[in-house]
Amino acid sequence: MDRFVFLTFDGLGRGAVYAAFALALVLIWRATRIVNFAQGAMAVATAYAGYSVSSATGSYWLGFVVAIAAGLLLGAVTERLVMRFVDHSSPLNGVVVALGLVLVIQGVLGMIYGNEYRPAGAPFSRDAFEVGGVALLSRFDLFVFAAVATVVVLLALLFTRTAIGLRMRASAFAPDVSRLLGVNVGGMLTLGWALAAAVGSLAGMLVLPTELGLHPNAMDIVFVSSFTAAVVGGLDSAVGSVVGGLIVGLLLSYVSGYLGATVAPIAVLVLLVVVLLGRPGGLFSRSAARAV
Amino acid sequence: MSIVRERVSTGPAVTPTRDRPWKLRYLLWTVGGAVAVVALTYALPPFRTYQLATIGAYLCVTAGLTVLTGLNGQLSLGHGALMATGAYTVALLQDKLAGRGQWTLLVSVLAAVALATVAGAVVGLAAARLRGPYLAGLTLAVAVVVPAITSTFDTTFNSDQGLSVVLDPPPGTIPVERWQAWLCWTGALLTMLTLAVLVRGRFGREMRAVRDDETAARLAGVGVARTQVLTFVVSAACAGLGGALVAVLAQSVSPGAFPLTLSLFLVMAIVIGGLGSLAGAFWGAVLLVALPALAHTVTEGIDAQRLEGNLPLALFGVTLVVVMLAAPGGIASLNPLRRISLHPLTRIRRKA
Repeated sequence: MDRFVFLTFDGLGRGAVYAAFALALVLIWRATRIVNFAQGAMAVATAYAGYSVSSATGSYWLGFVVAIAAGLLLGAVTERLVMRFVDHSSPLNGVVVALGLVLVIQGVLGMIYGNEYRPAGAPFSRDAFEVGGVALLSRFDLFVFAAVATVVVLLALLFTRTAIGLRMRASAFAPDVSRLLGVNVGGMLTLGWALAAAVGSLAGMLVLPTELGLHPNAMDIVFVSSFTAAVVGGLDSAVGSVVGGLIVGLLLSYVSGYLGATVAPIAVLVLLVVVLLGRPGGLFSRSAARAV
Repeated sequence: MSIVRERVSTGPAVTPTRDRPWKLRYLLWTVGGAVAVVALTYALPPFRTYQLATIGAYLCVTAGLTVLTGLNGQLSLGHGALMATGAYTVALLQDKLAGRGQWTLLVSVLAAVALATVAGAVVGLAAARLRGPYLAGLTLAVAVVVPAITSTFDTTFNSDQGLSVVLDPPPGTIPVERWQAWLCWTGALLTMLTLAVLVRGRFGREMRAVRDDETAARLAGVGVARTQVLTFVVSAACAGLGGALVAVLAQSVSPGAFPLTLSLFLVMAIVIGGLGSLAGAFWGAVLLVALPALAHTVTEGIDAQRLEGNLPLALFGVTLVVVMLAAPGGIASLNPLRRISLHPLTRIRRKA
C-alpha cells in the first residue's frame, strides 16, 4: 500500500510534466493542424542553452529564465522561417519538415556539446518527504506541480480573458474571417508557436533533472509519452491534454514500479494503440466530432 | 477520377503501351543490375565493395518505404523497428543453425522476412485506421520501443550489448565483402523486381487511388483499408529483409544499430531521393551510405570528434527541410527527378 501511494504521487509528478508538454503540442495543433514532432528536440536545445548559462554564471534560475526565453525565441523563429512555408495539402508535409528539424537540432547540439550525457541540475532537493514512514513528494515535485499549474492557469487566463487570447483563438478557428476583421493572423501564429515552444522548454527543464540528463536525444521518449498524453486527451482539448498527461504519468509510474522501468515504453505504446483504435478522437471527444 | 498509367521503374523513359512486354523489360533491368553488381565487386577495393553491399541492404528498405509513403501516402517512422525485427530473427536463428552450410542463411533470412511481415501486419492493421500525424505518432512509438523490448526480454535479446550473428565463411575463395555484396544485391534486385511488377499492376493503381483520394477510391470499388494494410505488410517484409541483410553485414545486432534516428534517416532518404518512384529509393539508399562517408572524409583532416556523425545528421535535416519547402504540391509530387522531365508520363498525370 505504501508503495502504491508513493507510486501514485510519483506518477502525478511525472504526469504534470507530460501534461505541460502535451499542452504545448495541443496549442500548435489547434492553431495550425500540425503536430510539432520537433518539440522534444526544441526543448532539449533550449535546455542546453539554459545549462550553458547556468554553468557560466553559477545561477540555476538565470539559466531557467534563459531556457524559457530561448523557447519563446526558437518557437517564433521556427514558425517564421520554416513552418510558415509548409505546404498544407498533405498532413504528412508538416510531419516530415518537423522531422528534418529534429535531425538539424540533434546534429547541431551534438556538434556543440557532444553526445555524452551531462547532469542536469535541479533547483530543489529530489529527496521525498516522509509522512508516517511513507515517502510521498520531494521539494522538486512540489516545484513541478506549482510550475505546471501556474502555466495552465496563465494560459487559461490568456485565452479566455485577454484580447490577444481572443484573437489567437479566432485565428485558429477562422483564419480568413479573422484576417478580414483586421486580426494579424500570421502574427498570432508566430505568437502561438512561441508560447508553445516556451511551455515545451519549461517541461524540458522540469523533466531533464529527474531521470534523463542532458543529451541530444534525451526527449525522444518524453515526446512519445507526451504525444500519447495529447492523443488520450484528443489533441484538440487543453483540459484533455492535462488529464491525459496525468493518466500517462500514473501508468508509467505503476508499470515502472511493479514491472520494471524497461517495460514503460512498451506500456506507452500499448496505451497509444488502445486509445487510437478505441477512441481515435481521444477520451474527451464530444459525440459531435468535426466532419472531415 | 481517371487513372492514368504511370511508370515506376528505374529504366529510361519509354512510352509504354498496353502490349509492350514490360515484365520482360523489368527482368532485363534486373539481370543488367546483377551483371553490373558482379562486375563492380571485382573492380572495387574491399571497403568500397562493402559500401556497395550496404547500399543493397538499405535499398530493400527504402524501396519498401517508397511504396508505402510515396505511392500509398502512409508515413511510417517505425521502419527501423521492423528492420530490427528482421535482424534479430537472423541473429537468433543463425545461432541455432550456423555451421551446417550456406542454406541456413537462406532459411534465417526467409524467417526474418516472415516475422517482419507478421509484425507489419499488426502495425498495418492499426495504421489503416489512422491518418497523418496519428499514424506518424504511432509508428514513432514503435520505433522507440526497440531498446525497451531488448532490455525487457534480455535473456533472449541480451539488452544493449545485443547478439552476434554467426555466419559460415563464404564458399570457395570468395572474399567476404564480395560475398556480402552478392547476398545483399540478390535481395535488393529481387525486391526491386517484385515491387516494380506489383506497383505496375492493379495493386499499384489501387494504392495510388487510395493515396490521391480515399473517397473516390472507395466509390470506384477499391478496398481502402485492405489496400493500406497490404501495402504496409509488403513494405514491412522489405524492411525485414533489409534488416536481415544489415545484420549479415555487421555480423552483430544491438538496439543501438536501430535507433529512432535510423527511422528518420530512412524517411529522409526516400523524400530526398524522390518519392513516388523506385528510382528515388535507389538514390535514397545511395545517399544513406554516401553522405556519412562524405562527412567522414570532410572531418578526417580536422580534429573534430563531435562533427563525426553529427555533421551528416545536420546536413540530412537541412536538406530535408529545404526539399520539403522548395517543392510545393504535396509529398506525393515531391520528386526532383520528375522536375527535369525524365518521366513523360508522370507529367501527363500531373496535368490530368
